[in-house]
Amino acid sequence: MFKYTVKRLLQSVVTVLIVVTIVFLLLRLLPTDYYFTEDQLMKLSDEQRHDQLQAAGLLDPMPTQLFRFYGQLLRGDFGQSRRIQNGVNVTALIADKFAISMKLGIISLGISLVVGVTIGIIQARHKDRIADHIGTAYTIFVNAVPPLVSYSLILIFGSLVLGLPSMYSTRNPGPSSILPIVCLSMGSIAYYALWTRRYMIDEINKDYIKLARVKGLSTKSIMVRHVLRNAFVPLAQYIPASLMLTISGSLLVERFFSVPGMGPLLTDSINRYDTSVVQALVILYSGLSILGVFFGDILMMIVDPRIKLADKGGAR
Amino acid sequence: MAKTPILSAKDVEIQFSLRGRKLTAIRKCSLDLYEGETLAIVGESGSGKSVFTKSFVGMLDANGSITGGSITYNGQDISKFKTEKEWLDIRGKKIAMVMQDPMTSLNPLKKIGKQIQESIELHQGLKGEEAKKEALEMLKKVGIPDPERRYNQYPHEFSGGMRQRVVIAIAVACRPQILICDEPTTALDVTIQAQILDLIRNLQSELHMTVIYITHDLGVVANVADRVAVMYAGQIIEFGLVNEIFYDAWHPYTWALLSALPQLGVKGEELPSIEGTPPNLFNTIQGDAFAPRNKQALAIDFVKEPPFFSISETHQAKTWYLDPRAPKIEQPEAIRRLREKMRARG
Repeated sequence: MFKYTVKRLLQSVVTVLIVVTIVFLLLRLLPTDYYFTEDQLMKLSDEQRHDQLQAAGLLDPMPTQLFRFYGQLLRGDFGQSRRIQNGVNVTALIADKFAISMKLGIISLGISLVVGVTIGIIQARHKDRIADHIGTAYTIFVNAVPPLVSYSLILIFGSLVLGLPSMYSTRNPGPSSILPIVCLSMGSIAYYALWTRRYMIDEINKDYIKLARVKGLSTKSIMVRHVLRNAFVPLAQYIPASLMLTISGSLLVERFFSVPGMGPLLTDSINRYDTSVVQALVILYSGLSILGVFFGDILMMIVDPRIKLADKGGAR
Repeated sequence: MAKTPILSAKDVEIQFSLRGRKLTAIRKCSLDLYEGETLAIVGESGSGKSVFTKSFVGMLDANGSITGGSITYNGQDISKFKTEKEWLDIRGKKIAMVMQDPMTSLNPLKKIGKQIQESIELHQGLKGEEAKKEALEMLKKVGIPDPERRYNQYPHEFSGGMRQRVVIAIAVACRPQILICDEPTTALDVTIQAQILDLIRNLQSELHMTVIYITHDLGVVANVADRVAVMYAGQIIEFGLVNEIFYDAWHPYTWALLSALPQLGVKGEELPSIEGTPPNLFNTIQGDAFAPRNKQALAIDFVKEPPFFSISETHQAKTWYLDPRAPKIEQPEAIRRLREKMRARG
């Protein structure tokens, strides 16, 4: 198991390295104009710009730039933002925002897991009865209605009927986070309910459940000790990835409630050609998803004894 | 053999509703089970063997229910049980069951030992270390070597035969009075089959259990059973001691079954098979259910259902052939051959 973990970790590092290199090289294809703010472009002469680029090392041969970039990465230096907030360190720029996104994300993930799995259990236990149909209707509603429509409904209901703030404010983060969190959770609750129900029904129909029943276990203990535990295994795999990706926030929800989080940052930085921010974000996201999958696999290995993965020979 | 049965099913009728239609899987079926005996229930697929015995532990599928008759066990009519709570006193505790496919009968994510222990904790009131000790004892009892190590393994580390041993250990862990084995060897290969049958037999005498085998393997029946009941289209049509069924059967269906035994085939001749198909259980069946497939059926077979006629104190068959008014019908060649074979052997 240890050997496997190390091997997977090294593979992940290599994957991240490849992603980083590709992103870096692609961004170097952009015209050098984008290394200046709009103001600078107006004011500086061609020569001045050339000098500045030269000084920043941007006219060096590509391999030199690439290895300098690797060096910076190792030191945790992602360069500076030029167009979004001129001269601000990218790390600092992201740090401010990701805290907010992640806080909302983790709260909503916790809520979705608890509520979603509970709904799934209720649906599975009362399959084809009214509770099940209500749950299915919810899942279909969430998936079929465009998010902006349902978010608008939540916004209208929340602000008009319940009197909750409709805009996020850093001065009043508690109440103003409620609606964004509800919107964030809505979809993943449906997701967890759907899959919990499905996996539980799969398990309920298996032979070993019949044996457990004939053994004399009550339905309740069969549900808890056998069905739920086994149904959770396939779900568990995705939890680390979802947890890590809470950092990226949600473009839609954060725009909608003007949450100053990570969601809009990637599209903004692409729109405004802020290359170092784009670079940093892509590295961050890819790193997190790769790490998420990695932890998912490790978790699977822990919860499912059948999975031994690379440890062949089974001498344990 | 004790005279009073420990379990007695009377005129049991079981119906399933399928897409709005009623299917009568068991049609007024009666059976007495005596303490300590081994009863084999044989019959083709769909004859209702499994469904009938499942009703003894309340394990019918959700769309099925007992719609008539009674099943008396321990002075209680268990066919009237409605709640799970009532069943929990009997299921697994007094009447246990071993199911057909050991490959899928164990929870793949739970340690073997824990699965046995679960049953012990539930029924014997033992906890923790004591229960573990008992589980190890059970593993040893069902012939699993190195129980300490095996206790901590998972089902995928066990072979089919080993898993069936574990399933048996789970079933007998709570010292049931009656053990129902639903085709316990069908999914296993031949060499393992004999071992499993031996194991069940040994456990039976050690723990003083009454065993019901459900099988369509007459070889198994001859091997293990004291008594045999033959089922066809949701009814028991003949029952008797194992010798009486094998060597002096009277129901035409039993004849047909026995004639189809490969061991009785004559070299060069085609092995007989039973033509036609069993009746559709969605319809009401008139007369003897086997009549349409019986070449020698009497006119009355198509009109009126035969009652049971006694052949001996222990042997009865449900066929008009045994009515004194019926024309004299000879047992077929194969049955006589079987009897002679048996005599020759002594």
